[in-house]
Amino acid sequence: MLAFIIRRVIQALLVLIVVALLAFTLFRFVGDPINQMVGIETSAGERELLRAQLGLNDPVLIQFTRFVWNAAHFDFGASYQFKRPVIELIGERFSATIELSVVSALFSLVFGIPMGVYTALHRNAWLSRFFLTVSLVGISLPTFLIGILLIFAFAVSVNWLPSFGRGDVVNIGFWTTGLLTWSGVKAIILPAVTLGLFQMALIMRLVRSEMIEVLRTDYIKFARARGLPDRNVYFGHALKNTLVPVMTIAGLQLGSIIAFAIITETVFQWPGMGLLFLKAVQNADIPIMSAYLLLVALIFLSINLVVDLLYVIVDPRIRIDARAA
Amino acid sequence: MRAQPEAMSTAQDSKSEHRAQPRGIFRLLDNDIAFSFWQSKVTVLAALVTLLIVLGALLAPWIAPHDPFDLKTLSLLDAHTPPAWVRDGDLRFLLGTDDQGRDVFSTILYGLRLSLAVGLMSVAFAAVLGIALGLVAGYAGGAIDALIMRAADVQLTFPAILIALLIDGTAHALFGQYRDESTTIWVLVLSIGLSFWVQYARTVRGSTLVERNKDYVLAARLIGIGPVAILVRHILPNVIGPVLVIVTINLALAIILEATLSFLGVGLSPTEPSLGTMIRIGNNFLFAGEWWIAIFPGITLAALALSVNLLGDWLRDALNPKLR
Repeated sequence: MLAFIIRRVIQALLVLIVVALLAFTLFRFVGDPINQMVGIETSAGERELLRAQLGLNDPVLIQFTRFVWNAAHFDFGASYQFKRPVIELIGERFSATIELSVVSALFSLVFGIPMGVYTALHRNAWLSRFFLTVSLVGISLPTFLIGILLIFAFAVSVNWLPSFGRGDVVNIGFWTTGLLTWSGVKAIILPAVTLGLFQMALIMRLVRSEMIEVLRTDYIKFARARGLPDRNVYFGHALKNTLVPVMTIAGLQLGSIIAFAIITETVFQWPGMGLLFLKAVQNADIPIMSAYLLLVALIFLSINLVVDLLYVIVDPRIRIDARAA
Repeated sequence: MRAQPEAMSTAQDSKSEHRAQPRGIFRLLDNDIAFSFWQSKVTVLAALVTLLIVLGALLAPWIAPHDPFDLKTLSLLDAHTPPAWVRDGDLRFLLGTDDQGRDVFSTILYGLRLSLAVGLMSVAFAAVLGIALGLVAGYAGGAIDALIMRAADVQLTFPAILIALLIDGTAHALFGQYRDESTTIWVLVLSIGLSFWVQYARTVRGSTLVERNKDYVLAARLIGIGPVAILVRHILPNVIGPVLVIVTINLALAIILEATLSFLGVGLSPTEPSLGTMIRIGNNFLFAGEWWIAIFPGITLAALALSVNLLGDWLRDALNPKLR
């Protein structure tokens, strides 16, 4: 078990170093950092001075080591557009993105799992067909289109929900939350649904196919033969066994939710990291881009690691394999 | 979708009675796959919609009532006209006009050309790159294999949209103000293509690993055929099957990705609108009640993505021997 964890952590660290190399290459070699920082009227001498101060004349390996060292201390330099430290800019927006991602992940689980169970149990009911059609639409439609359609339906046609921003937020230490105010709760509904619809469809289909598969197995037949009530068979025996793959996918999807938040945040002008990253891409603001890249890689790898470990804890078969390996 | 299992089982029944094998092109039309196609109404409908959209895009210069790129015919007086059946609508503009007086219907037809072209080119690019790397990785093995597959692993950690945005942003920084319309398309193709190659490489590598130890490959090596010729002429035809399914599913994804990038404003420019750009423009006028500028291109995009997806799903099931 310990060997398994150590191996996974080393793998994750290797990937992180590769990503850091990529981010560094971006930062150092795409465009001249000095040109981006100073105005046109800065003299060549001043430029050279700044170059030396920032250590841009040192050997590349030393620069890379310094880059990694700084990144490990969350120092990513200053943004070209805003002339402020990148980590400050990201810090202000971090909680908005995480809150949106978590709420939409919860939304997809709370609706996806029951819908999946229902469609598996009542395969020919009209409601199942309806759910499956909705899920097909959820998988096929691009996120931004879903967002626009929802805005059109709920914010333009009937003015029920706000179409942009976060509403009023409350500060709790460094964390800002919109979930404690009524306007904040109203503001998060449309973006969270937009972001979560794809995952909901995915989870529903996954639960459905796993459930159909499990219902065919012998131990379910045996449970029925013992005369257990349907509810116990379905939820106690069947659903429990479908949740292992669902947990994995849901965990991994949390990573892509954070990435897809870029689109949702743009549609709804949600003040999160995704919107910041998009503006950076549009304005070639390399420090923000490389910082975001590293941060997202870190989040993804941590999630992957946690999912792997949970998998080992939940499924005893893997535990034995891991011990043998 | 749901009609699939039933269709498959009937296909199985018909297989038991032996039929004479027709030749040439007719073999394509008369087999289990074609049979399962005609059995599934949803698939036939999806194919029809796809065909209609592709035809509309191909024939745009002849069937579009207006040319949205011909600035002479545009008049700002026509701008913001609602669809023909709404009050204040104009029969000349069936689906209304956008903020520059461009006919929405014509612009959709021309926009489809761009969306389909970018989608097809980027999938082709991703497929060629992925297949080549997969073949090399599977056949060469060792350090080359490890290098290519680890690169694939790293890339798989990130969703395609993020990779595409990063490549686009980098190109932005590299070329800066030298960007014009022709380079934007290639940057877009490059960024979408590079974000999709991993799937092809993994699939092809897997099948190549199996194929490379088979007798025909050993025989080919024995008579002195070079590795490139073995890969391209002998192994490639045997590993290409599963790739077709990925191509179809990826095509829908690529079209959506292009639309998304254009919507985010890092794709094609507003003077040469793809579907995504049109929706981006229309989004600005949604609150003014001018819903048609965004909604009609949106419906077209949705119909296209949905139909291609359905076709991909059907192809995957039809080619999967386990489901037969």
